[in-house]
Amino acid sequence: MKAPGAATASSSFLAAGMARPGAMLAGLVLALIAIAASFAPLIAPQNPFDLTSFDVLDANLPPAWLPGSDPRFVLGTDAQGRDLFSAILYGTRISLLVGLLAVAIQAAIGIPLGLFAGYLGGRIDTIVTRLADIQLSLSTLMMAIIVLALFRAGLGGESLSQFAVPLLVVVIGLAEWPYFARTARAATQVESAKDYIRAARALGASDRTVLRRHLLPNITSPLIVVATTQVAGAIMAEAALSFLGLGMSVTKPSLGTLIRSGYDLLFSGAWWGTVIPGLVLVVVLIAVNLIGDALRDALDPRLR
Amino acid sequence: MKALVAGLTFFAKRLAQALLVMLAILGIAFAVRSALGDPLREIMGEAVPASERAALKEQLGLDAPWPVQLARYLGDAARGDFGTSYIYKRPTLDVILAKFPASFELVFAASLIVLALSLPAGIYCAVRPRDWGAKLVLGLSILGISIPVFLTGIFLISIFSVWLGWLPAFGRGETLRLGAWETGLLTLDGLWHLILPALTLSSIMLPLFIRLVRGAMLDELGRDYVRTARAKGAGHLRVWLRHALRNALLPLVAVGGLQIGTFLAYTLLTETVFQWPGMGFLFLEAVTRADVPLITTYLVAVGFLFVVTNTIADIVSLWLDPRISIEAT
Repeated sequence: MKAPGAATASSSFLAAGMARPGAMLAGLVLALIAIAASFAPLIAPQNPFDLTSFDVLDANLPPAWLPGSDPRFVLGTDAQGRDLFSAILYGTRISLLVGLLAVAIQAAIGIPLGLFAGYLGGRIDTIVTRLADIQLSLSTLMMAIIVLALFRAGLGGESLSQFAVPLLVVVIGLAEWPYFARTARAATQVESAKDYIRAARALGASDRTVLRRHLLPNITSPLIVVATTQVAGAIMAEAALSFLGLGMSVTKPSLGTLIRSGYDLLFSGAWWGTVIPGLVLVVVLIAVNLIGDALRDALDPRLR
Repeated sequence: MKALVAGLTFFAKRLAQALLVMLAILGIAFAVRSALGDPLREIMGEAVPASERAALKEQLGLDAPWPVQLARYLGDAARGDFGTSYIYKRPTLDVILAKFPASFELVFAASLIVLALSLPAGIYCAVRPRDWGAKLVLGLSILGISIPVFLTGIFLISIFSVWLGWLPAFGRGETLRLGAWETGLLTLDGLWHLILPALTLSSIMLPLFIRLVRGAMLDELGRDYVRTARAKGAGHLRVWLRHALRNALLPLVAVGGLQIGTFLAYTLLTETVFQWPGMGFLFLEAVTRADVPLITTYLVAVGFLFVVTNTIADIVSLWLDPRISIEAT
């Protein structure tokens, strides 16, 4: 038995894109960046994580359209002679990876909690709602800064950089589950009152079946909207943490790390090292946010 | 009379809650200190023979069981003694308090900009939602939300400091001492240095507040009392400002108060970009140099700010809106 609503959700995604050329363009740009980042090892002219592959003699070269540039380095090089284009490709890969994994953790915690709270109600509902309120009152970014700062102070910068990816994913992932829980809870409450759920229960379906086969497929639309905005938030949080020197290390830079190390050279005139990765980050974030807004408009019937 | 008693009970309850949270924060700070810190290093430095260290350890009571040490830590904290900074060789609380004016003045300047712009912009977007101006403001606010605060700072510095050379890019400039308070607001140079950091910090708060003001106003404008006021012949401006805005301020205060942690994080990022010698910048210095007493004292200070703001936001909500049921909280 196919749950109703699942098919209409995917077709309204397309409709949403068609109706909004801005969102369509954003989707296209994002897809392009994501593909380039995923295939970074095939596209990048250099491996930016391999210190032996670049030469200090190439340090601080400007991008190709400026005088004094070297055609081998389209976007110029950093202070170690690392090709900025390659570093940005690999860095975007890390930023997207951390963002997506962190949101996966948020969803894995938040959606079941929200489903149970909305479906079972009563005491469980009260506890989940209260926990969500407490978690949200603690600012994610501030908590992440403090937790990573303590790790850094305790382990030292060296060991922190070894565990940077899992640490960032867990810290950003654990903090924001309430957004998924709240949305899942509200949507579950609405759906639970509908006839098809009552019918399923009357026919003897277990709670487990009702939740997995009937409720979950019908609350995906609002959850996808939340996931989109959360990805933007997670990417931004990772960039901020890495910029502060609490995230990815200089040897394995994400976009935030690149902005940070480029920033040190800004005053000597080498603006490209910080401005170009910064622009890439902004383009990614704007694209994700535009898509999120368009999805919300298209999928949230309350806003129509 | 009954309401007064209920109000006082709420107040007392909220205060007890705040104290409990503060105690928990101190407990965490103590745990971090015991796990990461070496109190002997605070006093003797690194190059001291092991026998001498052991002797001093016993003398200071550092081999006591942890509940005793926790009690001692809390007792010291109550007297304002949070230990000595490794880097500055001074009491940590003094070090942090000395940096407070810098952070405060930055946040103050940014808040003024946010207040001056978000109220008119938010109200405009709520009362004239179909104007192209309102759409432009909302579009720009999506853009503003999408640019991380440290990047706004870097872009502003690239344009106004590096490229045009108009504005200074780091530090507070010339400051004046007024007793214990070191201010940059009274010198031309200090104000000059404040422009870019304050603009940067306000850029990230502005979109959020415009959306908040707009949302709160839209909620209020749809209510019956607004229609009644209109029916009685009240003018547009009067309805917007005297009636709707007044009630819209309540959710603003509540939400704004809850965002304090996020604003502290934004301030820390802004301070890092502009090397603004405030509390956040100090904290990161402490982290890089593993100054554990300074780190834990900063934790306590931030926790304190957080608890105070949340408590005040709760009490102000109650005061602004007597309809909030006291029993429910």
